[in-house]
Amino acid sequence: MSDSASTNSPLAYRIVIGLEVHVQLKTETKLFCRCSTRFGQSPNTQVCPVCLGLPGSLPVLNLHAIELAARAGEALHCELASFTKWDRKNYFYPDLPKGYQTSQFDLPICVGGYLDIPIRVPSDNAADAATLSENMVKRIRLVRAHLEEDAGKSMHDERAGRADTRIDLNRAGTPLLEIVSEPDLSSAEEAKDYLTELRLIMVYLGISDGNMQEGSLRADANVNLHIERDGKTIPTPIVEIKNLNSFRSVERAIDYEVERQYREFLRTGLAMGQSPKQTRGWDDVLGQTDLQREKEEAADYRYFPCPDLVPVQLTEQQREAAKHESQFTPDRYRNVLLHTHAVKETDAEILIQQGRDVVDYFLEMVRAGATPKRASAWMLQDVLRHLNDQRVPIDRYPIAAPKLAELLMAIEQGKVDTSQAKQALAKILDDPSIGVAAAIESLGIVRVDVSEMETLCRELLAENPDVVDKVKAGNTKAVAALVGQAKKRNRNADPRVLQEICLKMIASM
Amino acid sequence: MSATFSRVNGPSELDRLISEKSCVRIACRYPISHARQFAGSGMHKGLSRAATFPYSLSMFDTRLSLRTLRESIANRSVSCREIAEFFLARIEKHNAAINAIVAIDPEIAIEAAKAIDRRRAQGESLPAMAGIPISVKDILCTRQGTTTCGSKMLAKYQSPFDAHLVSRLYESGAVLMGKTNLDEFAMGGSTENSIFGPSRNPWDVARTCGGSSGGSAAAVAAGLSPASIGTDTGGSIRQPAAFCGVCGIKPTYGRVSRYGLIAYGSSLDVAGAFAHTVEDLALVLASIAGHDPRDSTSLPDPVPNYAEEIHQTPTSLRIGVVREHLEDDGLDSELRDALQASIETYKRLGASIIDVSLPHSKYCIPTYYIIAPCEASSNLSRYDGAHYGFRAEPAPNTSGLSPLESMYENTRSQGFGAEVRRRILLGTYALSAGYYDAYYLKALKVRRLIRKDYDAAFEKVDILLGPTTPRPAFKLGEKINDPVQLYLEDLFTVGANLAGIPALSMPIGHTRAGLPLGMQLQAPPLRESTLLAAGHWYQQQTSYIPSIPPAFAASST
Ligand SMILES: [Zn+2]
Repeated sequence: MSDSASTNSPLAYRIVIGLEVHVQLKTETKLFCRCSTRFGQSPNTQVCPVCLGLPGSLPVLNLHAIELAARAGEALHCELASFTKWDRKNYFYPDLPKGYQTSQFDLPICVGGYLDIPIRVPSDNAADAATLSENMVKRIRLVRAHLEEDAGKSMHDERAGRADTRIDLNRAGTPLLEIVSEPDLSSAEEAKDYLTELRLIMVYLGISDGNMQEGSLRADANVNLHIERDGKTIPTPIVEIKNLNSFRSVERAIDYEVERQYREFLRTGLAMGQSPKQTRGWDDVLGQTDLQREKEEAADYRYFPCPDLVPVQLTEQQREAAKHESQFTPDRYRNVLLHTHAVKETDAEILIQQGRDVVDYFLEMVRAGATPKRASAWMLQDVLRHLNDQRVPIDRYPIAAPKLAELLMAIEQGKVDTSQAKQALAKILDDPSIGVAAAIESLGIVRVDVSEMETLCRELLAENPDVVDKVKAGNTKAVAALVGQAKKRNRNADPRVLQEICLKMIASM
Repeated sequence: MSATFSRVNGPSELDRLISEKSCVRIACRYPISHARQFAGSGMHKGLSRAATFPYSLSMFDTRLSLRTLRESIANRSVSCREIAEFFLARIEKHNAAINAIVAIDPEIAIEAAKAIDRRRAQGESLPAMAGIPISVKDILCTRQGTTTCGSKMLAKYQSPFDAHLVSRLYESGAVLMGKTNLDEFAMGGSTENSIFGPSRNPWDVARTCGGSSGGSAAAVAAGLSPASIGTDTGGSIRQPAAFCGVCGIKPTYGRVSRYGLIAYGSSLDVAGAFAHTVEDLALVLASIAGHDPRDSTSLPDPVPNYAEEIHQTPTSLRIGVVREHLEDDGLDSELRDALQASIETYKRLGASIIDVSLPHSKYCIPTYYIIAPCEASSNLSRYDGAHYGFRAEPAPNTSGLSPLESMYENTRSQGFGAEVRRRILLGTYALSAGYYDAYYLKALKVRRLIRKDYDAAFEKVDILLGPTTPRPAFKLGEKINDPVQLYLEDLFTVGANLAGIPALSMPIGHTRAGLPLGMQLQAPPLRESTLLAAGHWYQQQTSYIPSIPPAFAASST
């Protein structure tokens, strides 16, 4: 990014990005009441006096949200606060029925921590060198992660002649974990990588469903440039881009914003502190950011401790549970695939990105006896394709992992060749009730006896002296010419076994 | 945005959901309409039928206490319906003079009383408050009728749920008989800040009944309710109790659930009771105290059997007298004399009197008037016209404001009275960036010092004794334009709220002009039993007989 931009201009710059990600926690009920968090219900059907903010109602903490936040904290290497409290963030907006949001201000549940992302661009900047670890990952430091309740949804009705806004409070009170990074990201790609890995962790650990379309993961990006001019580094005013709710919009919005800030700097020369901090919204259709708010000072939210809630102290038991539950990160699975099973890196990453269930399916196949190499190949070529075509998750794949492993082992054992195995797979997918052996048999594949094969080979070699000569001259591949003839005489002949026997016979001639 | 649109089921529902205004109106699952309206504003319409009373008029005085009412119900000398009709008739006759009760549904009350009678007839063993009429401050949510907080903002608001303590009262068999007047959102000490107009003191209708739970105190004092529920954030139960010559208890913070108590100062608010005798307070408190999982600040400690523990004679009682309070320059001399006499009484009964000091008590008022408004400024943010309650139109020319902002501004400036707006502004200011540390944070620190004062005092004594208010009831209108003077009325009461400790006020006589005088007792957290026993002991030993102001006496029924 910086390279291409700087070639267009005489000024070099570095991009500085910090992300604030709102992760919707996978709790059955809301943060402070017992209403369901289910997505997509009719407006205002999942509400009660508490999340409607009716007079006299009081919040009661959902402890599951604390557990999930602690689990996230452990996975992100944060320090879990021994004492955490609730604060009110006061502002008026129609989708905020109490006139304040219950959040955490100065004592968040998670402090510090980091997330490693793959290195995209080897950095020549000395300041960045420290952030490189030996695994060729870039460490993105976290400031904090805190719990808060979501607001409702405003729906602006712009049908002809109307200027109405309707409010759906189903989402009001849904638990969010806001994860704030240090400004350690230096490109749109890195921001996307960070978000991708963060989402994967949340999904692997059951902290969030990670469904971006449903808003389970929403990011705000703080972006500015450090421009080199006249031997000085000049930071441009920081811009906050709000509500980026897809990986692609994060990437596009940052790219756009970098260009815009650069042009703006060339035009005005204004540095950080010389012009107000802006909040801009990303317009996905027009592909641009628009000014939403421009303020000299940050809005005054008049934070103060919520007198309706008691502070939370994590018990040793809760900490232990969080530690235990946070083990199964994508990175841990990645290590198993790469180092224990030697899966090719690109293949491993595809499996990892599919989620924990898919990786578990693969591991189960391997445990059942399939070779990792063949298992991963079949996962990528057959299983994932099926899931994709049928739009179903792995738990609805009709064949259990041990059964698929059995089919792959039939290949290893020479009972079938790959194309036969694929036919058998198709049979089983058609009727999942039939077993592997039955499927193979139904294809008419009968294992040919070794002595029968030897007889066949002897005949073929006698009839094809030219092939024998070629092989003897070192062209072992010439033996493949015999396969077609063999198949004509015995369609069950395994080409691999046939070639093996022929080569052996030629060698001893 | 279009994706979210499609989730509304078709245009007709859409139209139903959208108000014609340029702002918002939600449709919610809580059909506000299912709460039953009180029969008009029943108060002013009058009862539909003339009740006939089986009582000789002189019987009334003996029926003042809940104990005698319960005995009468138990020995079947009277039906619950007759009791209900009796008090309804008194309300009908006398309420106009004092404006204590602002809403009532006589039919529902009589039906409830008849239901208790039926249970009694079937030989059911009845709960503690069975058939007892009780009024409730109009800041406590009731499904029945409106819950207004005395504010234009909630003038038509109907709560979809009952406050926890209201449910508890129903469970204990009490008959809800009226919502009582109050200062708007409990902000005030004279019940003058109410859309219903001021309540008046039954002992002198030109004077205030105190506040903010003034309607409850006046209703009990005038014999319109044998007991009433109020709330106390800075003295709002004890001060009106003192002014009206009745007993009032503010329990330990968290002892009674705040669920359904519409918040003013959440860290200070607590509901409590008014009655004629301390013994009656014990009965009412027992029926509303206890843990409620819906209130995170509710205390899990088991509730003692107050009605029993009250009879434990506290012979070796150590009573602390707060010098700062008794020697306060502003203390009325007749009140000081009455307090001295009470101290002598306790001494004579064998209690030891010990001087104690609460050195930080002079900071109570400023501390309270930071913390309460700060919390109020946030608690009252929800009244913005968007979702329920009063809504004003945006100004036609909203220069610099969006229509939404203009709607907010108009709604909140027209919907709230002056005192509420004043406290919201105070709190907003004190919480603002740059002022937070100097005001709110400092107030929290001082609050801790005030608590420590109490802790230290309670190492030496069992209870504290002193005045409830500096003076007896002042005249209506006397202080309404001088908020600081009015704030200073809370001098002796706010300490208990800041420290979260229980306190009660009880009558100790009258001035020569006939105005009631009140004494305040305070005890350590959760020592309501000590407090009640000390008060009950005093009333027993002095043969206390509750009195009714002459104009409201039974003979004038
Ligand atoms: Zn709810």
